[in-house]
Amino acid sequence: MSILETLRVYRFHYFMMLPGLLLAGLFVFYPILAAIFYAMHEWSGFTAKKVFNGFDNFLILFQDPIFWNAFGRSIVFLIGTVPLQMTISLALAMILNMQLLKLSTVFRTMIFLPVVTPVAVIGIIWTFLLSPFNGPVNSLLLDIGLVSQPIDFLGSTNSVMPSVIGVYVWKWLGITMIYWLAALQTVPDDVYDAARLDNCKGYRLAFYVILPIIKPFLLAILLISSVAALNVFPLIMSMTNGGPFFSSEVMEIFIYRTAFATDDGSIPQLGYAAAAGVLFGAVLLGLTALKGHSTLRDRKTTPGSDA
Amino acid sequence: MNTGFSPLRLVFGNHSPSMRIALISTALTIVCLIWIYPFLWMVSTSLKSNMEMFANPSLLPQEFAWDNYRRAWVEANMGRYFFNTLIVTAGSVILVTASTAMLGYVLGRYNFPGRTAFFVGFVATVFIPQGFTIIPVFELLSMMGLSANLFGLTLATSGHAMVVFVVLFAGYFSQLPKELEEAARVEGVSFFKIFWYVMLPLARPMVVTVVIMQVLHAWNDFLLPLVVTLANPAIRTLSVGIYAFKGEQSIDWTGMSAAATISIVPVVILFVLLQRYFINGLAGAIKG
Repeated sequence: MSILETLRVYRFHYFMMLPGLLLAGLFVFYPILAAIFYAMHEWSGFTAKKVFNGFDNFLILFQDPIFWNAFGRSIVFLIGTVPLQMTISLALAMILNMQLLKLSTVFRTMIFLPVVTPVAVIGIIWTFLLSPFNGPVNSLLLDIGLVSQPIDFLGSTNSVMPSVIGVYVWKWLGITMIYWLAALQTVPDDVYDAARLDNCKGYRLAFYVILPIIKPFLLAILLISSVAALNVFPLIMSMTNGGPFFSSEVMEIFIYRTAFATDDGSIPQLGYAAAAGVLFGAVLLGLTALKGHSTLRDRKTTPGSDA
Repeated sequence: MNTGFSPLRLVFGNHSPSMRIALISTALTIVCLIWIYPFLWMVSTSLKSNMEMFANPSLLPQEFAWDNYRRAWVEANMGRYFFNTLIVTAGSVILVTASTAMLGYVLGRYNFPGRTAFFVGFVATVFIPQGFTIIPVFELLSMMGLSANLFGLTLATSGHAMVVFVVLFAGYFSQLPKELEEAARVEGVSFFKIFWYVMLPLARPMVVTVVIMQVLHAWNDFLLPLVVTLANPAIRTLSVGIYAFKGEQSIDWTGMSAAATISIVPVVILFVLLQRYFINGLAGAIKG
């Protein structure tokens, strides 16, 4: 079949895909290719000329401790948030899924509140709440005598990451809970009836009956949460700007700072920032491929799984 | 009989079910109130005067300072940013839902030359973080002359998050039964009408899910609007506008709180109204 023939036969199909493909082409596929192209150039500012320098950017990146620290911090962030977020939200979802609980909707809405709040708002509110000067959290800790001096949660290099991780989990727990609630909806009512007949309740019902049924969703929720945890730019930007002394600078902050030169007096290095993005993206893609591979394998054994 | 101990039993003892529910409800109420404390603080601060805010730690303001809201809406331009965000959100929801539904439908249900290539392309890019493509996206907008208006921001906001929806739609459409569609085709219903009148209504759970997820994404988005509006304060969104409060020498906490309260009200209302559909939609969507 010639190309023209193909286009004619499937003209409706292609026509229907056109808007989506156009949008994706412009804002997803082209930018990825462009970023790889820029990564091989020295380019200081949007108005400056790009100078091809091959793999120099990558070679410098390999020896840049600030880059690797940011890289490591993104991973620490991922490991620090995702398991915590998933287990707490699962427990909450199971409790809130109880049909007898009349106020369930109210509780859900309250827990979901941080999710619908713009991240910038969350960041700024918590900056104040955690402030060592008059901040409510420190006032409380001082009042009940847990600490004798206010803690500078966001201002000390030791406590900044745990604090940001805590706020992040608080902010996004609601969405993970909704995913779990949706998964729990797929458990048929007769399972609960059968369990009641066998007098199986509480944690035994949760662990041995419900959990195995919703297990296929685990991977999908894990993937969504992991991707989200890598896009943490807005929260950290609005809370700490990556400080103090770069101690909360994750990958995206590194890229933003290098590309748009928010430090006074430094030159924007767009090519270098693009290279950092490419390297980080390549590692993520590798991890995704690994995970995707295992998903496919699981899928063959557990029908109905989604990922 | 079940004599094993469960954590719940340790806490609540051998109470009747209704007693237990009451106890769980009380515990949850306390947890939830602590959970939303930052919001209570925010709303309370938005009603205090700047003087009172530091002097009175209680959540209840002594007298209501409504002026904060006027200041936020008029002087800090929140009214304008609110409008901008609304345009970007509504525009991107329409664009994203329509284009990804059609694309996902074709990819999920038909086999045609190029299908596999498109599909692999979409799946492979699902996990690319925003930071990776922000520089080319910004340059592209400048090149197209769209970097200084809301239309460009809407387009980029739509394009950034659509990939995962395409994959979700394709998966959902692929598991719908063939019979209805075939019956319609035998009746001579056209390709587009089958999609619009037969298949799309069947995919309602997925549509609801995508609409809500895109609203959340657009309302929350920060990196893209920040970069796009660096040179154009007039098209700032709420997120960026509120962030700008922080840049100033002394933060106007009460004005900022009022602005923040304004920014969350619409989404909270939307969620309260659509919560049931959202959970059911997600459940329907992931079942597929």
